Amino acid sequence: MKNLKVLGLGFFLVLTNVVIAQEKKVYQDFSAELKFDEQFFFNEPLYEGQHRNYFSGALQPEYVVEWDDDSQTFKVVLFGRLDQYDNRRTHFDIRELYWQKVKGSTEFSVGLKKVFWGVTESSHLVDIINQTDVVESFDGEEKLGQPMVHVSQFTSFGILDFFYLPYFRKPTYPGQEGRLRTPFVLDSDEFDFHDGRSEWYPSFAARYSNSVGPFDLGLSYFHGIGREPIVADLTTFNPQFAQIDQIGLDIQATTGPVLWKYESILRQNDILDMFALVAGFEYTFGNVFNTGADVGIVAEYLYDDRDELAFNSLQNDVFTGVRLGFNDIQSTDFLFGTIIDLEHSTKLISVEGSRRVGNSWKVELEARLFRDVDQVELLYFFRQDSFAKATISKFF
Amino acid sequence: MKKLALTIAAGVLMIGSLSAQNKGLEIAQKADEVDQGFESSSVTLTMILTNKQGQESTRYLKNQTLELTEDGDKSLIVFDSPRDVKGTATLTFTHKEGSDDQWLYLPSIKRVKRISSDNKSGPFMGSEFAYEDLSSQEVEKYTYKFVKEETYNGQNTFVVERDPVDPKSGYTRQLVWFNKDNYRLEKIEFYDRRNAHLKTLTYSNYELYLGKHWRAGQLFMENHQTGKKTKLLFEGYEFKLGLAENDFTQNSLIRAGR
Repeated sequence: MKNLKVLGLGFFLVLTNVVIAQEKKVYQDFSAELKFDEQFFFNEPLYEGQHRNYFSGALQPEYVVEWDDDSQTFKVVLFGRLDQYDNRRTHFDIRELYWQKVKGSTEFSVGLKKVFWGVTESSHLVDIINQTDVVESFDGEEKLGQPMVHVSQFTSFGILDFFYLPYFRKPTYPGQEGRLRTPFVLDSDEFDFHDGRSEWYPSFAARYSNSVGPFDLGLSYFHGIGREPIVADLTTFNPQFAQIDQIGLDIQATTGPVLWKYESILRQNDILDMFALVAGFEYTFGNVFNTGADVGIVAEYLYDDRDELAFNSLQNDVFTGVRLGFNDIQSTDFLFGTIIDLEHSTKLISVEGSRRVGNSWKVELEARLFRDVDQVELLYFFRQDSFAKATISKFF
Repeated sequence: MKKLALTIAAGVLMIGSLSAQNKGLEIAQKADEVDQGFESSSVTLTMILTNKQGQESTRYLKNQTLELTEDGDKSLIVFDSPRDVKGTATLTFTHKEGSDDQWLYLPSIKRVKRISSDNKSGPFMGSEFAYEDLSSQEVEKYTYKFVKEETYNGQNTFVVERDPVDPKSGYTRQLVWFNKDNYRLEKIEFYDRRNAHLKTLTYSNYELYLGKHWRAGQLFMENHQTGKKTKLLFEGYEFKLGLAENDFTQNSLIRAGR
């Protein structure tokens, strides 16, 4: 928390600087999203304290200011959620709080930022800069703000990114009254750091990315505290945060209506090395029967050599999905997907849909169904946790 | 004798159609040529969508274009509204031949996604404009045929038929009204794959910038088959902004989405 205070002071100084400088053109924008959601679990809970209906609300205010001919930016995005029962899902985070300076082909930023790497849909293997906001999203696409110094250089042979990440952020897992949890409540504050390291053990990352003809490729390297805890043995179940070295590769080939996608990581550390990959394609039928709608077919194979020790249970699985984009005024979208385990009986079915209402409202539906979960998988803990969720958002 | 007459007739027809093709191409080339030299431009757009029942919905966008002569132009489009898609942006590298390269930026998850540019005929943001109607109009993307000269809306115009080279286009042909004096576009009629009249686009509120670049302040697209309409209003045109290729990168795309 101390570093946040220091950062906060730094940005206050930057901000006063902006106000005093009063450049000719200063762009400012304040916006916010307020949302409410109702989550319903189809089955009786397995563990003490859990419920079947959860109501919750979240607010995400955002402020951005640009000055100095738009070459300097300061941005802050806050996030807070209140949950009816789960005290861990009730949480607050600084998603973004950074200052950025652009000069020619170089970008320099300091502060809390979010950075995404990768190309595949069913899993985001190479994406490692930010910690996942576990209590916020089932698919892991919501992230916590990560303190960093980031330099990005555009060159004639691609983009080079360098990151210094001074502080590691632990994930937060559902609390006693929350669903989608293990029988014992996981508290990442109680997880050990391997070899006596701490949150302050700095991480470094670099990425090279380029687009050549139909290919988009990224090659990344990460050295520092691994974002997910490592479990070496399921019987003792002692999750630890450890220093890792990871090489990531992501490639997409865009050929006509087909996108070919590949991501893989090679991770080394003292406890458990790993290799994982996702490979597949996405085929889009555009403007089907001249209705304007798109239908996309996605198929991806997922492999992880940790087998049952893989936290996400995606060790030898196939994802298939259908994406429907109506391209209408309300931007109506649906995604139907299934993940089928090739070794075990486990199946995961999901439906996601969204549609704008009026100019500033949006409704979203999400359902996740667990079927025939095999007891050797970590997902077995969630076997009763199939759910449907409805969200309504208002944008200001 | 009959054969000879037929051959001559066919020859005359061929020469006639060849010259019609040449004349059509010349007009398109001339139109392209007179607009060269703006280097880069930026403009703010208001898009007003009207459905069959007459209900309107408005969105705001910004566009930046970098003029390139050896290959097609590069452009960056950012959505300002509706608020739920605010910051969504696209980066397009147009190519004179072959498909364009296109990337989409999703601000909520900070993801840059290379997307297929195959779906030319699909609607842009739920509007009556297809992607291909809004992408950079390179001469090489069509074959041409001069049709006639005509007075349209009090202006002397050339009417040229142009057929998309790309088989993935949603149109068999388009009829284009070029202003005879300054080669700016006055009207386009779009014919779908069954050669039925699908849409009409009209240009109005023209203004002249830097003494040579005509830009319409309003584009109005009407779909005759669905009764839906889309109006595009352009404001605050700026030219020769000193933009370069490094202002049209994936980093610029992320920054544009703020």
